[in-house]
Amino acid sequence: MEGIYFDNNATTRVDEKVVEAMLPYFTEQFGNPSSMHSFGNKVGLAIKKARMQVQELLGAEHDSEIIFTSCGTESDSTAILSALKAQPDRKEIITTTVEHPAVLTLCTWLEKDGYKVHYLPVDNKGRLDLDEYKKLLSDQTAVVSVMWANNETGTFFPVVEMAEMANAAGAMFHTDAVQAVGKVPLNLKDTKIDMLSVSGHKLHAPKGIGVLYLKRGVRFRPLLRGGHQERGRRAGTENTTSIVGLGKAAEMAMEAMHHENTEVKRLRDKLEAGILAKVPRSFVTGNPDDRLPNTCNIAFEFIEGEAILLLLNKFGIAASSGSACTSGSLEPSHVMRAMGIPYTAAHGTVRFSLSRYSTEAEVDRVIAVVPEIIAQLRKLSPYWEGEGPKEEAFAPTYA
Amino acid sequence: MWDYSEKVKEHFFQPRNAGVLEDANGVGDVGSISCGDALRLMLKVEPETDIILDAHFQTFGCGSAIASSSALTEMVKGKTLDEALKVSNQDIADYLDGLPPEKMHCSVMGREALQAAVANYRGEVWSDDHEEGALICKCFAIDAVMIEDTIRANDLVSVEDVTNYTKAGGGCSSCHEGIEEILVKVMAERGESFKPGTPSKEEAAPAGMTNLQRIKKIEAVLESVRPQLKRDGGDIELLDVDGKTIYVSMTGACAGCQMEALTLQGIQQKLMEELKEFIKIVPTKAGALSRASCNP
Repeated sequence: MEGIYFDNNATTRVDEKVVEAMLPYFTEQFGNPSSMHSFGNKVGLAIKKARMQVQELLGAEHDSEIIFTSCGTESDSTAILSALKAQPDRKEIITTTVEHPAVLTLCTWLEKDGYKVHYLPVDNKGRLDLDEYKKLLSDQTAVVSVMWANNETGTFFPVVEMAEMANAAGAMFHTDAVQAVGKVPLNLKDTKIDMLSVSGHKLHAPKGIGVLYLKRGVRFRPLLRGGHQERGRRAGTENTTSIVGLGKAAEMAMEAMHHENTEVKRLRDKLEAGILAKVPRSFVTGNPDDRLPNTCNIAFEFIEGEAILLLLNKFGIAASSGSACTSGSLEPSHVMRAMGIPYTAAHGTVRFSLSRYSTEAEVDRVIAVVPEIIAQLRKLSPYWEGEGPKEEAFAPTYA
Repeated sequence: MWDYSEKVKEHFFQPRNAGVLEDANGVGDVGSISCGDALRLMLKVEPETDIILDAHFQTFGCGSAIASSSALTEMVKGKTLDEALKVSNQDIADYLDGLPPEKMHCSVMGREALQAAVANYRGEVWSDDHEEGALICKCFAIDAVMIEDTIRANDLVSVEDVTNYTKAGGGCSSCHEGIEEILVKVMAERGESFKPGTPSKEEAAPAGMTNLQRIKKIEAVLESVRPQLKRDGGDIELLDVDGKTIYVSMTGACAGCQMEALTLQGIQQKLMEELKEFIKIVPTKAGALSRASCNP
C-alpha cells in the first residue's frame, strides 16, 4: 500500500528478509520440533538458532532464558501471574499509572482477587518518583512491573535502577519492553531484571509471536501447562515459522541499532521541530530528553485526535491518537491524564512513530500537510477563533 | 478503524454549514470536553413563522461528531421549530446511513444541541440529566450508567434480568462479564451479594397467570395477527409453550419468506406487551418438537 506509515509503535512492516527466512518453514521444513525424525529435527535446530539470536539482542546470559510465547500480552500475563503464584505469601504488586493495558487491566482484575496494587503516578513529563517507589517496596511486594519505554510518549523509565531496588526488597521485577527492544541496546545479564516481555511485531517480525525473558534461577510457574515445549515453561506446539522470523528480525535489529539511534532519531527530531514551528498551540508530551529515538507525541490544542487521523489518512499518512474516540472509550488516553494534560489537549494528541524505513521525503511531506489539517479542524472548533482560543471560553452544558 | 458509512465520511470531509452564524438568534452549547465532544449549534429563526432559515455548527470532536453536526444542520433547515424538535438522534444516525454503536452518542449530542438552541431562542432554560457511561453492550449500544440505573430501580439480580430490562447482553454475550461486574457493584450498595446462577426475577416470581391462561392469551395474540398473515397467503400455528420459549410454525407463504424474521420479531414484541413478561418466539417445523423429545 502506498502511503506514509508513521505508526510503528502500533506495529511494523515485516522485513522482506524475515519473510524469506520464514518461508521454508511453512512448506519443506514443516516438521514438529518434538518429533523423533529429521523432519522435526531440522526445525528444532532452526528454533535453537532463533533463540540464540534473541538472546544476543537482549544480552541474556543463557539461551534457555528465552521463552517463546504468542505475544507481548501473554508474556506480561505469564510473568505477573507466575510471580504471584511462586510467592504466595506476598500479596502486593507495584506498577505505574501509565502501563499498557496488557499490564494495567490484569492488575485491576487481580485487585478483585484480593491483591493490593500500587500504581505509581508520574509527573507532567511522565517521570516516576523513585522515592515514592522506594517507600512502597516491602516484604509484601511480590512483583514490580514497570514498562521500559512508554508506548504513547516513548518516555523511558529507569528500570535497571528500579530492578536493583526491587531485588534488594526481595521482590521480583518484570518489565514490559515491547517498545524498547530493538531500539535500545540491552544487556540483561548485567541487570537484576527477572522477567522481560518482547513482542515480535514491534520489531519487523510477524504478529503472533512474543518472548518472555526469564532470568535463570527465578522461581517460575507456567501459565500454559501441557507438553514439554520451552522446557515445560510454555506448553503448546511451537509457532515455528514465526520463531524463525523473530530470530532473523532480532539479528537485523542488532545491525540497525546504530541507525535507529542516529538517523531515525534525526528524522524524528526534524519532524517534531518542523511541526512545532508551524503549528501554534502545540506541544510535545512526555519527556523529550529521555525517550525512544523513533517516537514523538504532539498535543494539538482545541481539536480532537480522531478527526486529525481521518484527515491525515486522506493524505495517506498513518499515525495514532490518544483521543477517547479512537478507542471507543469515554476518556482520553490514561497516559495523558496521568501526566495531567488538560482535556482540551489530551483529546488532540497524535503519536508519530518512525522506523528504519522512514525517509526524509516522508518527513518533509508530513511537515507540509499537518499545519493545514490542524488549521482546517480549528476552524470547525467552538473553542477556537481566528488565530487562537476564543476569548470568552466555550463552556457547554454538562462540561 | 471505524466502519463509517460513505455518508458519514462525506459529511466529515465536506461538512455543511460549518462556522459561525453571525445573526443567529438561537444558540445551543452542549457536550463534554472530558469525553472529547462538544458542539455549538446556531440557528437563525424567523420570528413570525418559527421557521429555521439557517443553521450552522462548530464542533470539537471526532469524525462522526462532525458528521452528525453537519447532518443535523441540513435536516433542520426550512423546518419550523416544532417540526425540528421531532428530529430524534436515531433520525440523525439514519440520515448518515447509520453510526457504529460506540458513536451513537454523537447523534445524541446533536439532538441535545437542538433542544438547547430552541430553548435559547424561546428564552427558556434548558437543562438535561445527561449522564453517559462506558459502553458495555456493543450489540445494542447500552452503557454502564443505563445498566446501573436499571438494576437499581428494579432491584435486578441476574444478567438475564439485565438483558430483559435493557436488552444489554442479549446479542453476542461477550459483555456478560462486564454486566456481572456492574451487578456485583450495585447489589453491594443494597447489601446483597451477586450469585451467578440466581434465577431471574421473572422466574422467581411468576406473573399471576396459570399456564392455561397464558396459552389462551398467546392464542389470542396470534389470532389478532392472523388476518394480516392470511392476506399475504401465510399463517401461523402455536406448537408449544415451554416457559419463556414459545414455539410456532410459520406456514403457507410465510414459511421461508424473507420477511419471516421481521414478522416474528413483531409478533414477539406484541406477545411481550400482552403477557407483560419477556419471552422468546422460536419458529419450528410442525412435528419437529415431538420427534426431538423422543431423543433426549
